[in-house]
Amino acid sequence: MTAAALVAAVLLLAVAAYTCAGGTDYGAGFWDLTAGGAERGRRPRWLIDHAMAPVWEVNNVWLIFVLVIMWTGFPRFFQAVFSSMWLPLALAAVGIVLRGAGFALRKPTRRIAGRRVYGAMFAISSLLTPFFLGAAAGGIASGRVGPGTGPSAHAWYNPTSVLFGLLAVVGTALLGAVFLAADAVRHTSPDLHAYFRRRALAALAATAVLGAVTLTVTHDDAPYLWRGLTHGAGLFFVVVAATATVVTAWLLLGTSGAWSRVSAVGVMASAVLAWGMAQRPYLIPGSLTVAEAAGAPSTLHWLVIVTVVAVVLVLPAVVLLYRLDMRGELEPLTEADLRRGGPEREG
Amino acid sequence: MHITFHLLAGAPPQMLPARSLMAFTLASHIVLVPMGVALPLITLIMHGYGLRRRDATALLLARRWSAVMAVQFAIGVVTGTVLSFEFGLLWPGLMGRWGDVFGIGFGVEAWAFFLEAVLIAIYLYGWRRLPARTHFLLGLPLPAAALLGAFGILAANSWMNTPRGFTLDAEGNPVDVDVRKAIFTPMFGPQYWHFVVAMLVTAGFVVAGVYAAGWLRGRRDRYHRLGFTVPFTVAAVFTPVQFVLGDAIARAVFHKQPVKFAAMEIVWNTDTHVPEYLFGRLHPDGTVSGGIRIPQLDSVLAGFSPDTEVRGLSSVPAGDRPTAAQATITHWAFDIMVGIGTVLLLLVLWYAIVWLRRRRLPASPWFYRSAACAGAASVIAVECGWITTEVGRQPWIVYENMRVAEAVTGARSASLWTMFGLVVVVYVGVFGSFLAVLLQMRTRWRLDDERRVGAGSVGAGATEPPETDTPYGPRSAVAADAAPAPGSGGGTAPAEGGRP
Repeated sequence: MTAAALVAAVLLLAVAAYTCAGGTDYGAGFWDLTAGGAERGRRPRWLIDHAMAPVWEVNNVWLIFVLVIMWTGFPRFFQAVFSSMWLPLALAAVGIVLRGAGFALRKPTRRIAGRRVYGAMFAISSLLTPFFLGAAAGGIASGRVGPGTGPSAHAWYNPTSVLFGLLAVVGTALLGAVFLAADAVRHTSPDLHAYFRRRALAALAATAVLGAVTLTVTHDDAPYLWRGLTHGAGLFFVVVAATATVVTAWLLLGTSGAWSRVSAVGVMASAVLAWGMAQRPYLIPGSLTVAEAAGAPSTLHWLVIVTVVAVVLVLPAVVLLYRLDMRGELEPLTEADLRRGGPEREG
Repeated sequence: MHITFHLLAGAPPQMLPARSLMAFTLASHIVLVPMGVALPLITLIMHGYGLRRRDATALLLARRWSAVMAVQFAIGVVTGTVLSFEFGLLWPGLMGRWGDVFGIGFGVEAWAFFLEAVLIAIYLYGWRRLPARTHFLLGLPLPAAALLGAFGILAANSWMNTPRGFTLDAEGNPVDVDVRKAIFTPMFGPQYWHFVVAMLVTAGFVVAGVYAAGWLRGRRDRYHRLGFTVPFTVAAVFTPVQFVLGDAIARAVFHKQPVKFAAMEIVWNTDTHVPEYLFGRLHPDGTVSGGIRIPQLDSVLAGFSPDTEVRGLSSVPAGDRPTAAQATITHWAFDIMVGIGTVLLLLVLWYAIVWLRRRRLPASPWFYRSAACAGAASVIAVECGWITTEVGRQPWIVYENMRVAEAVTGARSASLWTMFGLVVVVYVGVFGSFLAVLLQMRTRWRLDDERRVGAGSVGAGATEPPETDTPYGPRSAVAADAAPAPGSGGGTAPAEGGRP
């Protein structure tokens, strides 16, 4: 395996990680948007805030990592993608600001009107950002982007792109609902558990249907991708994704649903891996292979070294964070903690 | 004037909007950077002090700073993500050709930032349930992660100033990339230390400034004293260091980027016995109007002798150097930064002398007035330093290797202007809200403190209404009755026994 192929694999894994981690986060925003009015949506929103707060920054830092690998490992690929899909990526960037700021500012705001504005900002951009990122991915997958092409709507407004965008939205909704259902158990709210489990099932059904539609559309719209998805490693991951979908449905319908998080992550991660495997050896099917786009060999070697060192350093920290979060050890400071003579646990 | 120049020079129409957008988003992000890099350290110092001395006031300050950090870090994450997008959206030419030469620094930064995000999440959300010692120890690697992140960014930026570690092939594409040389370029060391210390100083002055303002309004209890002393001392220790480092980086620029140095000091002709101008304006014909002229000083500062030869702007063709307007901007930014640094040094001397002679804080209100302004002043200095290095490099995006005009996107300039407008609106909203939220937090805490003092020390806790014991915001009221299993607790549940 060449260094370029290795870095391409790291890139694909990072995209998969962002899809799952960031996706869960966007999904929480999706359910925030659909939770209804201030009164009806109060409890789901409360859970969303509490479940997301400790991990959302980490979930979203994956994206920065994806971008950095793109421009350091495959500069020409980065240039081609950002030149031709200017608009969706620009909108995604604006969406990320609105979303993050909305979420961060909603928490410490006390007035209900202010909270509504920040909440709406957060929720709507949670829907639009994954759509545009998905549409950009669709433009890459269907080979509509190429080195030297200027910005054009054609690159991202086409059947594959639109379906990828929609698939991204329902996929994030699925992940969000599954994780929130599990968080509801942790917060001992059985009614919210049932609430999000129903929504997870609906999102799962939508994901399955959209996934199947996307697959058939690629037959004509993105033939190279279609071939990859129906042969070899691509097919393998498509089968894994389908199996994981069935398992998730079974777990969600079953009594506990504890493992549904793992299987839902399995659905989305294998879908991303299937896409990546299907377009081997291309980064952009038909026009740019991994080897052609690869940056300087010494940089790729160093990128691999940096990645290995970082994984050794970061992985334990990430595992610790997710473990602490799942065990409920992480809680935001309360008003009482920020008051003089408040609860003194330390010291 | 700026605009007409671009039109005259036939620069691509995308250049002005792309530049404005990059400048605006970076200028906004940079305000949060000192806090992101150095606030964890200052908070940990306060936290450690509180743990060691069993000091409830210090721990309260550390907790409150954590609450501020939570909001500020989140905004920093999103504004930082925007910058990564902008590399592609605005400067695809830069990344396409040079991404693999200088991108490795960003690779280091991305992972360091990841680590920082993980650690900061554990630190911010670990106050309530983690054992005190474990919590503090898990926070300790935070400053190191921040320094590593700064390493990556500064490696990339200093490479743009003094690009190394590659050779050009016949078509002008970089080959034979040597990553080590590309990271440790001549400007890297001076820029890195100057930056890191600037972050420490700025964060220290900004935090201390808040309590200096409180002191001026008559709040002079231990809480305010401690909240002032710890960050101000951090800043005071590093301000003289920064003076030395600032001098060193100016001389490094003189040697490694003589044209930028000429812009910083508005030197037109290469000469010895060059005078120093404080402010003043450079005209396209090379004359200087306004400003204070100090004979010989520029040569002395650059090489310790009036005989030092300083290269002038006119030593390179007009197309390869900053315009007169850009040079004037660079010069003003540089002078303002140095001026602020000097004033801050005097303020720190005042603090140090009073401390050494009387072992107490200065009593003069003028000291606190200056200290309250020092935060804003140091943020301005940071902005000016960044303007100096970026505008002084013009018209190059990669010094002597790629012009900004070659790197800019081919997207229509109308779309760029639209995005610029949109981003300005969004950022004004976001930063305005951020400030409003900070002020609200401050007011809320102050009112709480005053109420507590007013209620007297005995039994004050008992007089608190129960709903105040719940997490922030109106959501707290919801949390109280909604979170735990129905009937499991009253309004006070989340503070102690939120989880059975």
